[in-house]
Amino acid sequence: MYVATKGGEKAIDAAHQWLAEERRGDVNVAELTLEQIAEQLTLSVARVMAEGAVYDPPLAALAIKQARGDLIEAIFLVRAYRTTLPRLGASHAVDTGAMACDRRISATFKDLPGGQVLGPTFDYTHRLIDFTLAADGDPTPAQATDGAGEDKPRVLDLLGREGLMEPSGEGDQTPLDITRTPLDLPTTRDARLQVLARADEGFLLSMAYSTQRGYGRTHAFVGELRIGAVAVEMEIPELGLTIQIGEITLTECETVNQFTGSKTEPPQFTRGYGLVFGQSERKAISMSLVDRALRAAELGEDLSGVPAQDEEFVMMHSDNVQATGFLEHIKLPHYVDFQAELELIRRLRREAEANAQHEATE
Amino acid sequence: MDRQAWLSTFAIAPHADLIARAAPFDAPAQTLRAPEIGSVMVRGRAGGTGAPFNLGEMTVTRCSVRIGDHDGHGWVQGRSKPAARAAAILDALLQGERASEVEAAVIKPLAEAAQTRRDARAKKAEATKVDFFTLVRGEDQ
Repeated sequence: MYVATKGGEKAIDAAHQWLAEERRGDVNVAELTLEQIAEQLTLSVARVMAEGAVYDPPLAALAIKQARGDLIEAIFLVRAYRTTLPRLGASHAVDTGAMACDRRISATFKDLPGGQVLGPTFDYTHRLIDFTLAADGDPTPAQATDGAGEDKPRVLDLLGREGLMEPSGEGDQTPLDITRTPLDLPTTRDARLQVLARADEGFLLSMAYSTQRGYGRTHAFVGELRIGAVAVEMEIPELGLTIQIGEITLTECETVNQFTGSKTEPPQFTRGYGLVFGQSERKAISMSLVDRALRAAELGEDLSGVPAQDEEFVMMHSDNVQATGFLEHIKLPHYVDFQAELELIRRLRREAEANAQHEATE
Repeated sequence: MDRQAWLSTFAIAPHADLIARAAPFDAPAQTLRAPEIGSVMVRGRAGGTGAPFNLGEMTVTRCSVRIGDHDGHGWVQGRSKPAARAAAILDALLQGERASEVEAAVIKPLAEAAQTRRDARAKKAEATKVDFFTLVRGEDQ
């Protein structure tokens, strides 16, 4: 427990003034613009949008600037801002099959309709520091083909046609919204996917990695990974019309996992799914592994001792705003609690000393 | 062009482009709903095609105006009150006598610019497509 304390306003004002000055840094160095952040730190912006759970690149860029580049602080700012916005509706589910793909790869099939498209990837770079970036200069323009390429159907549909892949389910029921309805255990997959989509990337990465190292046997292949722009469509009530209200970049990952079958299901492949705002394939792959791990109960798999399959553990510890809030609150004044602790320790010591003396005299 | 198409074109146009192209058409309009920034919950589907789930929100700005007998509604992605108002005014004008003028001066160039942006990315993506070639293996010889 912490208690309200008075005093300190002057110190707080001075601290915040200094914070503003430190944020700006050396005034002889040009100030960062939001456009620079949005255009050149795109992947930071993507992370803040994904975990802030609001798609708005200029807003995320501003939050990053305000937070001095601390992305979890920026995510916190975005989450706080979103609570001030009136909710004007919900979109139709986006059609990721119609994505304008910047990147689309499969680790399960070499030859695919539409092909393997690498896109602007860090893969196959040598991870050597490029000192030429320290100098000014524009990059060589990207190559381009004459034509725009073929359609890129979903890779997992290829397996689905043979009946080797579980169906992805269907329906148009209104999904649970964890920003409106508190999460209840046991969870449903719609709620889990919403939690995972806004979950901390590092937490998901570690959870997913643990399944690969043997905590849970859900050996996953990346059936398909795609990054690109999709249309967001919504029915506008005053018009009675469905229009496109936006275009957003998403990263989608579908994994293919072994499943030996059950009493009711034949042996077949099962699915894990990841969908994340912006270009963020580390998170999308992690999400799909954790989504699959969390389906353990549904698929009748052994749940013992596997953290990534423990939905309470994963669901309750994945949010970095919640985690930061609780973790960092212990630095706030706890003077009264601590006084009580101090008093207790002193009393125990007095008692222990008295006992020792008593035994010595006997 | 139908209303659905032009409203969609306005919604995803860069705010500065939309505002600049709409400027010559600024008309006295009665405000039905002042520009308002809000959020829309974006939904996805499990496995891409399965049951829907809530992915996260996006920001939008909406505005409604009346010009003469026509109600104009503007919805734009992001946070821009001037862009939403511009879209609403254009939507009202597109239902009246100036429709062809607006279509030529605003919708057509915005739609073309959007298509050009999409094509440019698609062509760059296509340039990164892997061409596999098969190596002749020992046992085949």
